[in-house]
Amino acid sequence: MPKRSDIQSVLIIGAGPIIIGQACEFDYSGAQACKALKAEGFRVILVNSNPATIMTDPLLADATYIEPIHWKSIEKIIDKERPDALLPTMGGQTGLNTALTLAKEGVLKKYNVELIGASREAIDKAEDRELFDKTMKGIGIETPRSGIAHSMEEALTVQEGFGFPCIIRPSFTLGGSGGGVAYNIQEFKEICEKGLDLSPTTELLIDESLLGWKEYELEVVRDKNDNCIIICSIENLDPMGVHTGDSITVAPAQTLTDKEYQILRDQSFKILREIGVETGGSNVQFGINPENGRVVVIEMNPRVSRSSALASKATGFPIAKVAALLSVGFTLDELQNDITNGLTPASFEPSIDYIVTKIPKFAFEKFPQADDRLTTQMKSVGEVMGIGRTFQESLQKAIQSLEEDLHGFESILDNSSNQNETLRYQLTFPGSRRILYVAEAIRLGWDADQINQLTGIDF
Amino acid sequence: MSFPAILVLEDGTIIEGIGFGVKELSVGEIVFNTSMSGYQEIITDPSYAKQIIAFTHPHIGNTGINDEDNESDSIHASGIVIKDLPDHFSNWRATQSLNSFLESKKTIGISNIDTRALTTRLRDHGSLKACIAPGDKDSLPTAQDALKKFSGLEGLDLAKEVSTQNPFSWDEGTWPNYEEVKNEKLIVAIDFGVKKNILRLLRKHVGKVQVVNAEICFDELMQFKPDGVFLSNGPGDPEPCIYAIELIQRLLDINMPIFGICLGHQLLALSGGCKTYKMKFGHHGANHPVQDIASKVVYITSQNHGFAVDFSSLPKNIEPTHISLFDQSLQGIAFKDKPAFSFQGHPEASPGPHELEELFIKFNLMIDKNA
Repeated sequence: MPKRSDIQSVLIIGAGPIIIGQACEFDYSGAQACKALKAEGFRVILVNSNPATIMTDPLLADATYIEPIHWKSIEKIIDKERPDALLPTMGGQTGLNTALTLAKEGVLKKYNVELIGASREAIDKAEDRELFDKTMKGIGIETPRSGIAHSMEEALTVQEGFGFPCIIRPSFTLGGSGGGVAYNIQEFKEICEKGLDLSPTTELLIDESLLGWKEYELEVVRDKNDNCIIICSIENLDPMGVHTGDSITVAPAQTLTDKEYQILRDQSFKILREIGVETGGSNVQFGINPENGRVVVIEMNPRVSRSSALASKATGFPIAKVAALLSVGFTLDELQNDITNGLTPASFEPSIDYIVTKIPKFAFEKFPQADDRLTTQMKSVGEVMGIGRTFQESLQKAIQSLEEDLHGFESILDNSSNQNETLRYQLTFPGSRRILYVAEAIRLGWDADQINQLTGIDF
Repeated sequence: MSFPAILVLEDGTIIEGIGFGVKELSVGEIVFNTSMSGYQEIITDPSYAKQIIAFTHPHIGNTGINDEDNESDSIHASGIVIKDLPDHFSNWRATQSLNSFLESKKTIGISNIDTRALTTRLRDHGSLKACIAPGDKDSLPTAQDALKKFSGLEGLDLAKEVSTQNPFSWDEGTWPNYEEVKNEKLIVAIDFGVKKNILRLLRKHVGKVQVVNAEICFDELMQFKPDGVFLSNGPGDPEPCIYAIELIQRLLDINMPIFGICLGHQLLALSGGCKTYKMKFGHHGANHPVQDIASKVVYITSQNHGFAVDFSSLPKNIEPTHISLFDQSLQGIAFKDKPAFSFQGHPEASPGPHELEELFIKFNLMIDKNA
């Protein structure tokens, strides 16, 4: 069935200012969505407070509003423009949260605006940690052992069950901000206090530590006929404990057998269906215990994400464009595959004969007060991608792209007497240049097992 | 153990690389496979008999070899061609390296090959005869000689060669829940080169499984009193398998429920009066979209075939059920007047997506309906 004829105009919410944890990847997705929908004859109304974006260029949308991304200002736009539908999945967490508020405040109902791409229930189920946990349990998918706390007392009770280290994440915050790993009770109290303050719902998720577990992401696309495909699998080189946005990541996943990969694939589809993402792209994150293969789902985002931008560029499959078209009624088999110049339909899974490596870019020199160790809170300010016919080639190209004057794994240890100590510290407590310290350790003849034990990086 | 080796194609191409596995010359038809995972399942799949598999994915060997994922007890492929063989392997289930597995199964591999250029060539020219030979260019005459003697796959009945000589019953369900099996029915699975995961799934969804030789005769088969007959996948050209086609025709005559996969699908089609042909470079990968013609649902499927059933040759009593969205070729058929259906791709996956596991459930339901 072709596109829906009951929708003539679509409102798209942008991601607002560029901040750590939410950067230009949402300009990319939003701009793609605008172009795709406009080309199909829809009237596109765009709101974004950030003028330094491609999507706010005059010709991309039919009407562009540079206004605060706040439900009250968006209500005014809705009142004036009377869009038939709202597409909330292109503007990152900001877009989703704002859409959720608009729904809760009754604005969407009042003006009869339909949420497309992700329903209110789906957003709630995916974003509310407690609800997500419950939903996963309902379909027999394991999540990390965890507890929810709304106060310091509750937090302390939950923590007693798991011991240290444990991971603290506030609900509904960008890039996991306000979260962290606590190794002792003092750190635990500090992080909880900050997190409770930052979370708009005063809610914390406290997880059993999966530190050292392998981390994977799958980019999934689903259409209204329930056709589901995986665009790309991504493996984090840095194990759990380092935010995905701060990890070196590799596509496609390199250390899973097919049996193990298919478990992740099956679970991803099951999760999308249960959460109720009817159309569009989602991202599902998994942790795997390298000792016994136990799989837990970490989270899912019912929207295009930082990783979908990477997956799009890595495979050539335009996730945001396709997701936008699916949200207005197209199905995957009706859309053409841009990679093969339309010779085949979009309903297939890209198979690539090369490796893509992403390395995050940090700017700690600009934030002297910031702790430069990497944790579950995202600290990188950008990323580079290298494409190569082998992992080695792609990693090397990515390192050269960092604009840090590196031609490869250059030596960064000075010849002081405590080289081993420095290395041990840098490998155990990851900073922005851990990969270079790993190379140093290899050069100094450290054993692969020893490096693996300190870093959790799979050798 | 690595050694110098060369890959020689029938069109005269010579590529130098690094050999691994066993140091013995080997010939076969070279095909490319685009799966990004599952090399262990692929190299142990009997359907690859007399074929050399070129993997488009660059790193083959990362996860080593484990004890659970073999699709048969040996490697039937003539050899493998890859871009990069990793120095180390790492996976919680791995018990040995790809290199040592190849050595123990007497198979040669060649790495450091520009598999992208090779794949482009195969796409343009179609599948080619090829030879992997240990040594440098000095071994070229030996390799060319071996190539000349190899006649290719067309007209070759390989099913007979890889089929089990002794019948056996299969007990195990799918990984990791081997115990989860059904016992009510009995299926006779005719082994033309069967993959273990098919037997596991029959066990999981249908019933007890008796595996028999490809050349079994009708009376012998009926002695098992089967509730249904399964026609397995397998290597080579379906047309020379006259013995199987005649047997299937007799099974159709008595309304025996039949399910066929891959070669089994082609044999069922031939029994119903269809024609088959050799494809240019075949389908070998785990990302092929196949559409259910009735429901319009698109499945991502695992594929491995070099021959196909001719769409235009379908008689009136056979309906097409699935088509490939890559090249519109026929992917599934069902008899309108008999309890028999078949699928060209690999619903048993291994490697590949699991969506079409439902075909095994369909087989089970079909038997119930027929009873």
